[in-house]
Amino acid sequence: MKNFFVTGDPMIYASDVLIVLVLVGIIFTLTYFKKWGWLWREWLTTVDHKKIAIMYLICAILMLFRGGVDAELMRTQLAVPNNHLLSAEHYDQIFTTHGTIMILFMAMPILFAMFNAAVPLQIGARDVAFPYLNAVSFWLFFFGALLFNISFVIGGSPDAGWTSYPPLTELQFDPGPGENYYLLAVQISGFGSIATGINFMATILKMRAPGMTLMKMPLFCWSVLASCIVILFAFPALTGALLLLTLDRVVGTHFFTMLAGGNPMQFINLFWIWGHPEVYIVVLPAFGIYSEVVSTFSSKRVFGYKSMVFSLMAIAVVGYLTWVHHFFTMGAGADVNAFFAISTMCVGIPTGVKVFNWLLTMFRGRIRLNLPMLWTLGFIPNFALAGATGVMLAAAPGDYQYHNSYFLVAHFHQALIGGVVYGMLAGMYYWWPKLFGFVLDERLGKWAFWFFNIGFYVCFMPQYELGFMGMTRRMYTYPANMGWTTLNFISTIGAYLMGIGFLFIGAQIVYSIFRGQRDLTGDPWNGRTLEWSLPSPPPAYNFAQIPHVQERDEWWRIKQAGLADAYRKVNLNELEPIHMPKNSGIPFLMGVSFFVGGFGLVFGWTVVAIIGFAGVFLCLLARSLQEKTDYHIPVSEVQQTEISLGRA
Amino acid sequence: MAVMEQTLKDLHGAGEHRKPLEYTHGGSVNILGFWLFLATDLMVFATLFATYLILKTHTDGGPTAAGIFDIPGYVAETFILLTSSFTCGLATYSMRKNAKAAALTWLAITMALGLAFVGLEASEFAKDVADGATMQRSAFLSAFYTLVGTHGAHVSLGILWMASLFFQIARRGFDAVRARKLFVVGLYWHFLDIVWVFIFTVVYTMGVR
Amino acid sequence: MNVRVRRAGVLLSGLLASLLLATGCGRNIVLHPAGPVGRSEAHLIYLSIILVLIVVVPVIVLMMFIVMRYRDKPGNKAAYKPEWSENRALEVIWWAIPIVIIGILGAATAKETYSLTKPPEQNTTPYTVEVTSLNWKWLFQYPDKNIATVNYCVIPTGRPIQFVLTANAPMNSFWVPELGGQEYTMPGMAMRLWLQADKPGTYYGHGANFTGEGFANMQFDVIAKSQSDFEAWENQVKQTAPPLTETGYKNLTNPSVVSKASYSSYPANSFMDTVMENGGKYMSQTMSTMQSLGDDAGMK
Repeated sequence: MKNFFVTGDPMIYASDVLIVLVLVGIIFTLTYFKKWGWLWREWLTTVDHKKIAIMYLICAILMLFRGGVDAELMRTQLAVPNNHLLSAEHYDQIFTTHGTIMILFMAMPILFAMFNAAVPLQIGARDVAFPYLNAVSFWLFFFGALLFNISFVIGGSPDAGWTSYPPLTELQFDPGPGENYYLLAVQISGFGSIATGINFMATILKMRAPGMTLMKMPLFCWSVLASCIVILFAFPALTGALLLLTLDRVVGTHFFTMLAGGNPMQFINLFWIWGHPEVYIVVLPAFGIYSEVVSTFSSKRVFGYKSMVFSLMAIAVVGYLTWVHHFFTMGAGADVNAFFAISTMCVGIPTGVKVFNWLLTMFRGRIRLNLPMLWTLGFIPNFALAGATGVMLAAAPGDYQYHNSYFLVAHFHQALIGGVVYGMLAGMYYWWPKLFGFVLDERLGKWAFWFFNIGFYVCFMPQYELGFMGMTRRMYTYPANMGWTTLNFISTIGAYLMGIGFLFIGAQIVYSIFRGQRDLTGDPWNGRTLEWSLPSPPPAYNFAQIPHVQERDEWWRIKQAGLADAYRKVNLNELEPIHMPKNSGIPFLMGVSFFVGGFGLVFGWTVVAIIGFAGVFLCLLARSLQEKTDYHIPVSEVQQTEISLGRA
Repeated sequence: MAVMEQTLKDLHGAGEHRKPLEYTHGGSVNILGFWLFLATDLMVFATLFATYLILKTHTDGGPTAAGIFDIPGYVAETFILLTSSFTCGLATYSMRKNAKAAALTWLAITMALGLAFVGLEASEFAKDVADGATMQRSAFLSAFYTLVGTHGAHVSLGILWMASLFFQIARRGFDAVRARKLFVVGLYWHFLDIVWVFIFTVVYTMGVR
Repeated sequence: MNVRVRRAGVLLSGLLASLLLATGCGRNIVLHPAGPVGRSEAHLIYLSIILVLIVVVPVIVLMMFIVMRYRDKPGNKAAYKPEWSENRALEVIWWAIPIVIIGILGAATAKETYSLTKPPEQNTTPYTVEVTSLNWKWLFQYPDKNIATVNYCVIPTGRPIQFVLTANAPMNSFWVPELGGQEYTMPGMAMRLWLQADKPGTYYGHGANFTGEGFANMQFDVIAKSQSDFEAWENQVKQTAPPLTETGYKNLTNPSVVSKASYSSYPANSFMDTVMENGGKYMSQTMSTMQSLGDDAGMK
């Protein structure tokens, strides 16, 4: 118990104070404005995909902030040689939490925010296939992320890197609770991710509007389908790997230890069987967003739709067969290395095709440079370079030199920021009016874009060269005589510019909440797909009447035919009662139970762990025994809603 | 009877075309979802199998597969589980005939066989542990107990699930939702049976050779 | 207009900056190697850079051109074809270009991957150094003379060096960028890495895989000497340095950061025992490496 709270570091004391103040502030505000009931009814128990999207988005932005602060601290530490602003121990924790948060608690939720925001609306559905499971997924993510984040002040953060390789992560070398936090938090949110994968795959396969054949589906939905297929086959490997490492640490087994016949290599294989496809899990939907944005803001059909679909699927499949390229340098032998080198390069082929097709979509279009398009255009050169350096890394003998150097660091940041974060921001700006009913301010957004984009190049281009100069990743400081100082200093300046860009995004959101232009038409971008035929934000049931789809860009077709106004009008006499899922508090309680159980295991408190997991079981049982989980919205209520939306 | 017809239609995906867009409860979408879940669960078992195969010779001078596997024990477990899969199928069959009593009887028998299986497995584990073959002893034993134990935990969860369903059906009889639940739990049970066949072959039979 | 100019400016300055950086401060040791292994890797790197530029440059140029030409502004006379979305010929070209590039690079990669598993020179007798990464230091053992060094390694020039790598701690990676690419040191495994130095010099080496708190201190020097200087050094260590005892070895395995050290002898078979204790006996690859070491280096 002595080491329960992390002590002795002024930065952590400051955070303690901040956390307490924020909590008090939230509790006070909710009580003062009598909002507790509202919070419970409208948010904590909701199963509405649009609200779940909003919750994912808020959490993702908060996590982007946390991971970003970690990044700024690291860059500050590395700005000058022989720096002791952070100790080695502290730096190790920070790069571990930075990586874990950015991949698992920032990229994944912002991805799921996009899934939830757009997929049901694009395919003309009233919700996802399993709305209750969708809420379960969210709360598992939420409490997993919470568990991970409290490690900072309670017990100490994990410090063995986001890849968490044993034997470094075995008790012998890493006895504290930090690593347990990593294992359990990632495991809990991982269950949620698997459930989301199942959910959206079933949604896309089974819930499409009549007439919307697979080949008439918007490309974003195709990309989500591809991503979900990868989730289904990749995430269980992570579940397995984390389970076995947890057993090693909690029960004392010998899967990956150096003793008693354990084999650490097996963890690394399992980890990357998930870890590499994970890159495609997050980047494929970003590709989908780019396709939607490029087409919309060029006012033109997407070029080479079939090629786009085929390349999405090809990346999903081939991407599953490339994991060994993360450890070419672990002695797998020339046969294995040559195979995986070439399979990795092959991913570049469909990716290259996609880039060309985006360019040709803009070609002979009419390009509008609104924020979603700006981020998309920022993405293209970024991803061309990330793809290029990716192909360079895939050449195994080259990788012997790049592996674990700053060249690699620069490459995957260019792929994940330039590819995924740009895409998710494009998606956020694109669908924001649909979710919230107002457009984000363009002027502040442009400031954000330019600070972030320029900052990105200033930050990461020098890192490629640092790699060539022999600098390895995860060094908390470096000597002055290596000639690395100037480039590191420049890189830090870039990181600060990116930080300023992020602050502009924050300012933009706050400003737009009060002053943002309201979206009264439901179609602020002159969109092409079904979600833009609905009011912003759409009613709980999305579609008062079921659309019958004829073409790929259905809403565009309707507008071109001059039928938009007629299409927006609902015939009040033809309405039927609408079948919807009921809200439920069980997903939230299940998340709490997982949190309690996970927390118990982190500290090896068996009783607490048993209470938590018994809670999980009770939640499952309670749901199984529930009789009425759905209801019908009466016609009169639908009529009223549609009239108030001006659609009657 | 109309309810049952609708259920059967839903199970075969026919009900879906009636109201394609409604947020819908029963029917093929749930079954599809469960198949997808089984695919992920199969992947979890695949990782455990792969780990077991890699570590099975890593005995660290401790007990070996041939040394601890008890042939009559695991053969009996296999027969019991295969039989339970058959009785579980009969429970689903009775549900299709809307024969509540028969369905409940077969369900009870399935649960009893499941309990017998888990009990035998637990006693086998207990005996091995008493002989010093604990899961902390070597990488081989860690992998063995984890693979077989994960299957056992799945079976135990299946029994609890069936018990919950048993009382629901006993109290309220069949409707579309409960019929679907019984169908789904049956899928789960057959899936565990198939996984066991792999364990029987890869772990036990190849282990004692 | 404004945005477009700024965008072009950013790209240009980015390219310029990276050019400047490639030639500026510090030394790009990966692309200026001091041995045949690093050189052949650098050649592959150059080839890959040229091949990827064939795609990257046109993409960026094309993008800037298209964005400038097809902006949605009044009076833009460029063609606007909102329904134009298929062109079989263009798509075939898009698919063909990357396939050809990947084909060329893939073939070169496979060839190089195989050749790196062999010594860079076939006619010279190789020299063997056994490397063990520990928390947080490097132990080098020279089975020819039964001497050992810590945190520095001396090798003869002009001769292929067979580094045999293992770890008696969390896995690290043995990297001497100026001589060539890295290979992991892993508990229970004994892996080979061939390197060779052209001329005498001191080459920077560092662990490349994170191993905990002292990781940033895992630097070592590889000092290449001419054959005669090298032999003189061997003899000097043999005669003047203290022996590495069992206790001394045990102390080295404790987590700590230490400075350079030399030893005139080390406990017999300590390398092989370390590999075996950490699980080497279960790995067929390790067993065969150890077997061949026993034959080549006259162990046992």
